[in-house]
Amino acid sequence: MHLMKTLLAATALVAVMGGSVYAKQLVFCSEASPAHFDPGPTTGGNDFDASSRTIYDRLVEFEHGGTAVIPGLAEKWEVSADGLEYTFHLRPGVKFHTTSYFTPTRDLNADDVIFSFERQWKQDNPWFAYLEGLSWDYFQGMDMPKFLKSIDKVDDLTVKFTLTEPNAPMIANLGMDFASIVSKEYADQLAASGNLADFANKPIGTGAFTFVDYQTDAVIRYAAFPDYWRGKVAIDDLIFAITTDPAVRAQKLKAGECDIMSYPAPADIDGLKADTNLQVLEQEGLNIGYMSYNTTVAPMDDVNVRKALSMAINKTAIVDAVYQGAGQVAKNLIPPTMWSYDNDIQDTPYDPEGAKKLLADAGVTGLTLDLWAMPVSRPYNPNAQRVAELIQADWAAVGVTANIVTYEWTEYRERGKQKDRPGAFQIGWTGDNGDPDNFFATLFSCSAIGVSNYSSWCNPDFEAAIQDAKKVSDQAARTALYTKAQEIFKAEEPAMTIAHSKVFMPMNKRVVGYTMDPLGIHRFDNVDVTE
Amino acid sequence: MLRFILQKLALIVPTIIGITIASFAFIRLLPGDPILAMAGQHGVTPARYEILKEQFGYNLPIWQQYFNYVAGVLHGNFGVSLATKRPVIDEFMTLFPATVELALFAMLIAVALGIPAGIFAAIKRGSWFDQITMGVALTGYSMPIFWWGLLLIIFFSGYLGWTPVSGRIALNFFFPRVTGFMLIDSLIAGNPAAFVSALRHLILPAIVLGTIPLAVIARQTRSAMLEVLGEDYVRTARAKGLEPGRVVGVHAFRNALIPVVTTIGLQVGLLMGGAILTETIFSWPGIGKWMIDSISKRDYVSVQSGLLLIGLIVMGVNLLVDILYAVINPRIRVQ
Repeated sequence: MHLMKTLLAATALVAVMGGSVYAKQLVFCSEASPAHFDPGPTTGGNDFDASSRTIYDRLVEFEHGGTAVIPGLAEKWEVSADGLEYTFHLRPGVKFHTTSYFTPTRDLNADDVIFSFERQWKQDNPWFAYLEGLSWDYFQGMDMPKFLKSIDKVDDLTVKFTLTEPNAPMIANLGMDFASIVSKEYADQLAASGNLADFANKPIGTGAFTFVDYQTDAVIRYAAFPDYWRGKVAIDDLIFAITTDPAVRAQKLKAGECDIMSYPAPADIDGLKADTNLQVLEQEGLNIGYMSYNTTVAPMDDVNVRKALSMAINKTAIVDAVYQGAGQVAKNLIPPTMWSYDNDIQDTPYDPEGAKKLLADAGVTGLTLDLWAMPVSRPYNPNAQRVAELIQADWAAVGVTANIVTYEWTEYRERGKQKDRPGAFQIGWTGDNGDPDNFFATLFSCSAIGVSNYSSWCNPDFEAAIQDAKKVSDQAARTALYTKAQEIFKAEEPAMTIAHSKVFMPMNKRVVGYTMDPLGIHRFDNVDVTE
Repeated sequence: MLRFILQKLALIVPTIIGITIASFAFIRLLPGDPILAMAGQHGVTPARYEILKEQFGYNLPIWQQYFNYVAGVLHGNFGVSLATKRPVIDEFMTLFPATVELALFAMLIAVALGIPAGIFAAIKRGSWFDQITMGVALTGYSMPIFWWGLLLIIFFSGYLGWTPVSGRIALNFFFPRVTGFMLIDSLIAGNPAAFVSALRHLILPAIVLGTIPLAVIARQTRSAMLEVLGEDYVRTARAKGLEPGRVVGVHAFRNALIPVVTTIGLQVGLLMGGAILTETIFSWPGIGKWMIDSISKRDYVSVQSGLLLIGLIVMGVNLLVDILYAVINPRIRVQ
């Protein structure tokens, strides 16, 4: 009987597919399988591409190709004068997806919004642990439990977020993937039938694409949502062909097996650019590769020693050799495309003689220290081992001996954040939401020591500036505070900023309208294909 | 015969216990941490780390974690993947048919080419055919698989455009999964074009995966044949005036087959465990690639249960080979 049913379903599916031969199809060669399709508890960019950026929407969105926040499911919002109350007015008539496994009976309302956050926040919510071993890492990582006091329904289309203290990055946080709005009606239906795990494997959202099918580790299929509140998108079928090896992705693109691919290997970019059927878009990434000095361990507790170590390094040579034209020297912690970037900052100069003098003045001779190199390639640092070798040579020229050390990736970060970790530690960051706070506070606030402040650096003036910037909502005032923070950072040199990298996106010339995203997400809602 | 099978089964029990200990210990001995691997670039605070550790049961003494794991397995519960939160057994069963399909096809190529090549090389010992065949076999055996796979993709898929680059079937074919075997499912869906597409997608990965077994089988067949061809009974058969085809095909080959069958069986067992490199290069959604992904995510549950399941399958295949061996060679049963 089961076989019979399957056969019937097969026939029906083949019939449906047969009817859609002329549909506009876009194939994206993606780099990894998603863990599942619930964007709340996942953390990877590949997870978000497959769920939040296709199936779901948020109250606010980042504009295409930028980080400015624009209305999403909320058409408008107000912030109270004290910065403690955010009132969102939901767009009326927003439909959830109708699929073979769910038919919504109502439009989006305040209950969905409240549910979307309470499931991540309240431990007594039945959905808090709906999958075994679930943890809401981004909700926690963005400090939402600390800032949220309550989320209340004012009426069906109005939701009020009350905070415990002012938090200017709040709006940007709500544009992030973890803040995707899910359907409470669907959740209730699954709870009633006891199939809670389906929430992560058969997703329902309001986004541009409905989920069709996932063949584990191979193919994800989506179809354009005809009732999308912004109007149906140009393409009909979106397919993710999961292809882990970048060289194979490039071959598939060249062979026409996919239309667009993520993360080409640097060595393949020239070949892809030379292919007349292809175009390669590029953009400055919203990232920073840097090297943290542990400011609590001698002699790097002395700012002059830190300055000297940075002055000995030829950053331009590193960027030329390792980033191969796909990066630029970084003088600030935040990238130039981010608001509040201070272009007046003078970078620590490359000056080996000056470095020797500073070290001698500080009474440091025959210095030997650990130089940490990440074991993995990241967009902000494609080859940390090579960077370490170049720095090692530069330091040798000023009499500093570096021992290059490395560990497995999670072990590396774990050891790196130890407060008494010796040496200089290469690491980096890719922005989550386009807010400077996401760089300054996440990486160098006092409370991030032992978590992601690898310099164990807690400077009262810097801390005051970035904490004040969180509390005011006026962007000009925040810019002034972040400018001050950048000046202190450069003067104190808790880390040497190395480079901001470029991101490439190769695609077939028949793909039109694709915009590169500074946050590194891949969105296809504004893409079309020409035949 | 039954006694023989029971004896073999009894030997399997301590092996399984050994595998559970080894797979449990292996992933824990690797540096790295599943909780940190899950947390992404934000990391976790020490306080939250402790909460999560408790939630996953990693705060328990290591022996207790082991016994919980074994108790689960004995109840048929292989645990839930830390990464995807799906039952490990479901993930395994989803991906396993892809591995089997590829492994069988690769072995088909290896056997169909390896045995005749070995036989001819033995008959024409020292000839140019023998030297070339054995040279090629040695090269095949020493080939770095990753490089070989990419080379074939670039040449046959990129340059000539004869074969697809990667995947199991062209993306415009979409039918529901019944058995998980693409060749069979495409036929069930009544779609011959899909069947052809699935077959075309199998060619390159099967060649790459079959390369080493092909080399091993060819060399094994050649040496087994050479040994048998020197035996008295072959000389007798020749002296009786039997035609050469019958001497080689019946008298020599049947006896030479015994070590070859063992080799084939062991190779099939190995391939069933998933072909890590081949599956990775060709984006083949099988268990080799799944294991590598799980190890890199420090997904303790998937790795320990996945290794156990793979071990069980390899043992099952080996048991079958032993039985087959006993059927071909009755002396084994007596021993």
